[in-house]
Amino acid sequence: MGTNAIMENTTAGQGVKKMEASFLIDATKCIGCRGCQISCKSWNQNGTDRTTAGPTFTNPPKLNSKTYTNIAFFESEQNGAVSWNFARNGCFHCKKPACASVCPVEALVKTPEGPVIYRAERCIGCRYCMLACPFNVPKYEWEKLSPKIQKCTFCYDRLLAGMIPACAKTCPTGTIHFSDSIEKNLAEAKKRISENPGKYHNHIYGEKEAGGTSVLLLSALPLDQIGHAKVGDQVLPDLTWKYISGIPAIIGVVLAAGIGSWVITRRMKNMDKEDE
Amino acid sequence: MSTERHEIKMFTPMTLGLLILIIAGAVSVYKRMTLGLGATTNLQDDFPWGFWIGFDVLGGVAMAAGGFVIASAVYLFNMKKYKPIARPAILTAFLGYLLAASGIFLDIGQPFRIWHPMVMWQVHSIMFIVAIHVVIYTTVLAMESSPMFFERIGLKGVQRFVEKIMMPIALFGTLLSTLHQSSLGAVYLIVPDKLHPLWYSSLLPFSFLVSAIMMGLSMVSFESILSSKFFKHQANVGILSGLARGSMVAIGFYFVLKIFVLLKGPGIGAAFAGTMEARLYLLEMAVGVIVPLILLLIPAMRNSTGSIFLVNCLVIVGVVINRMNVAIFGLLRHAHERGASYFPTTNEFMVTLFLVALGIFLFKFACKYFNVLSYEEVKQ
Ligand code: SF4
Ligand code: SF4
Ligand code: SF4
Repeated sequence: MGTNAIMENTTAGQGVKKMEASFLIDATKCIGCRGCQISCKSWNQNGTDRTTAGPTFTNPPKLNSKTYTNIAFFESEQNGAVSWNFARNGCFHCKKPACASVCPVEALVKTPEGPVIYRAERCIGCRYCMLACPFNVPKYEWEKLSPKIQKCTFCYDRLLAGMIPACAKTCPTGTIHFSDSIEKNLAEAKKRISENPGKYHNHIYGEKEAGGTSVLLLSALPLDQIGHAKVGDQVLPDLTWKYISGIPAIIGVVLAAGIGSWVITRRMKNMDKEDE
Repeated sequence: MSTERHEIKMFTPMTLGLLILIIAGAVSVYKRMTLGLGATTNLQDDFPWGFWIGFDVLGGVAMAAGGFVIASAVYLFNMKKYKPIARPAILTAFLGYLLAASGIFLDIGQPFRIWHPMVMWQVHSIMFIVAIHVVIYTTVLAMESSPMFFERIGLKGVQRFVEKIMMPIALFGTLLSTLHQSSLGAVYLIVPDKLHPLWYSSLLPFSFLVSAIMMGLSMVSFESILSSKFFKHQANVGILSGLARGSMVAIGFYFVLKIFVLLKGPGIGAAFAGTMEARLYLLEMAVGVIVPLILLLIPAMRNSTGSIFLVNCLVIVGVVINRMNVAIFGLLRHAHERGASYFPTTNEFMVTLFLVALGIFLFKFACKYFNVLSYEEVKQ
C-alpha cells in the first residue's frame, strides 16, 4: 500500500480515536538482545548488511538505509566492575519535525497520529532533511541510481491496522513501551525517576529536545554518554519561519526603495535637462 | 559600427584548455548520472551535502550578484555611467545561475524530479523558496540579456521594447536577488546544533546578502579589467574606481556585521582558539574582508587598476572561502563527532571544473557572437 493511500485512509478514519503515538524507551531495562532491530527489519522487509567486527558490539555500527533502529553498546566501569549500557537509536518523531519543515515537496510529513512518514514518490533527493534532523535520523540509499530516504515509520501501517509497532511488540523486557499518548508516557517516565532514586540520570530525553518528541528516553547515564546527540530545546522550524515570515516585509522594502529611487533619480535627470 | 568582438579568437590555447576540461568533466558527469552519488562522491549519511552545494550552488549564486547590483544601479538609480558593464554583469549572473542550477541538478538524488517543487509547494521550506527563485530569476536574467540577442538577429524593434520595460524587469530582478541571496543563508538557520558557532547566527541571511554584493561588485570589476587587457584598450578607470568605492562601502559594512555577529555569538576568543575552524575563520576574514578593506581605504589604491584587480581577486576568493566554511568546514566538527569525515572525490572536483569551464567558454562564446563588451559603440 502506498503511503498516499495510507494518508487518505487516516483522514477518512479521523475522529474515530485520537491517537498520539509515543514510545517510552527505558535503557535501564534493555538487555541488548537486538530483537527490535530484527523485527523492524523483518516487518519493513529491509535487507541486511555485511559488517565486520568493530571495537564494540554495536552492529551495524550506525543506522543506515536498511536499518531504522539499532542498539548501541557502551561498556563502562562502575564501582570497579564492568557495566553495560544500551542505547536504542531511531527516529524521535518530533512534535515539530525539522525534516518535514525543510522538505520542499512535502515528501516527509507529520501525520495526525504522530508518526513522521515519507512519501518516496515525491522526494527529489535534496537530502536537506538529513542535514536538518538534529538526531541524524534520515538515511540515504547512496548506492542506488534512484535513491530514497529511509527512516523509521513508527510502523504507521501497523498502527492504522490497530497493532503496536513491531519493535515494541518484540521487546522481551518492556524497554520499548508504546502508548497512544505522549502525556501518559511522560507521566510514567517521571514516576519511574521519582520512585527509583539514583537509578536514572535525571533527564527525560525528548521531553524538551528540539521542542519535544514522541519518543522519550530514560537512561542511567547522561544520554550524550550513550551516543545521543546534544540537542537544544528550540523548535527548529521556528528558526526558519522567522525568516520566511519576514519575506513580505522584505518585498515591501525593496519595492518601495526601488521605485522611490527610480522616481527620484529620474526627477534629478529631468532637472538637469531643464538647467541646460 | 565595428565591434571588438570580431577580434576575439576562438581558437586559442585557453579555449583548448577549456575544451579539455569540458570533455574530461563530461566524463565525470556521465559517471555521476550512470553510477549514482555513492559511487562517485564522498557524500555519506553523516555528511549529506558537500562540495557541489558549497561551491556550485552557494558560490555560483554569490558570483551572480553583480547582475542585480549593476542592473539596479543602471535602471533604478539611473547611474548611466555603468551602462557599459551592465551586459557583462547580467551575462555573468546568468551563467552563475546556470552553474548553480546544474549543480543542484547533479546533486539531488532524483535529478529528473527537479520540477517537483514547482508543483508541490511547501512554503515552510527554504529549499522550496530557493528552488522557485532559481527558476524565476534565471528567466528574469534571460529577459535582461535578451536585448543583445534581439539586436544580433536584427529585431531592433523588439530590442527597443525590452529596453523600454527594463525598469520593472530590473526591479523584479533586484527583489528576487535580495530574497534569494539571503535565502541561501537562511538554509542553514535550521542547524544551530550542527554548524560551528563561528558561522551559525540568526543573521546568516543578511551576511549572505551583503557578502554576495561584495562578491558581485568584485566579479564585475574583475571582468572589466580582464577584458580590457584582452582587447588592449584602456580600462574605464571611472567605472572601476566607482565600483571600488561601492566595494569599500559594502566590505566596510560587512566587516562591522561580522564583528557584531562574532561578539554576539561565540565571542572574539573563538576566532583565536587555534582550532581548524578558527584558522579558517581568520583566513576568510583576512583574505575577503580585512586586507581588501585596508587596500580600498587608501585613495591611491582605490584608483589604480592594479590594486583594484588585487582587491577583486581577494574578495572573490574570500567569499568563496566563506561559503565553503559554512557548507563544509563548519559542519565537519559535527561529522567528526560521529566518526565521519568528508573530502570531495576527484570526480566531484571534475564535475565542478566542468561547469566552471563551460561557463567561461560560454562567456567567451557570447562575447564573440553578441555585443557583450562593446555596448558603448552601439548607441541607440
Ligand atoms: S528525529 Fe529527525 S527524522 Fe525523526 S521526526 Fe525528528 S527531525 Fe524528522
Ligand atoms: S531528500 Fe526527499 S524527503 Fe528529504 S528533504 Fe529532500 S525531497 Fe524531502
Ligand atoms: S517503529 Fe517500526 S519502523 Fe520504527 S523502529 Fe520500530 S519496528 Fe522499526
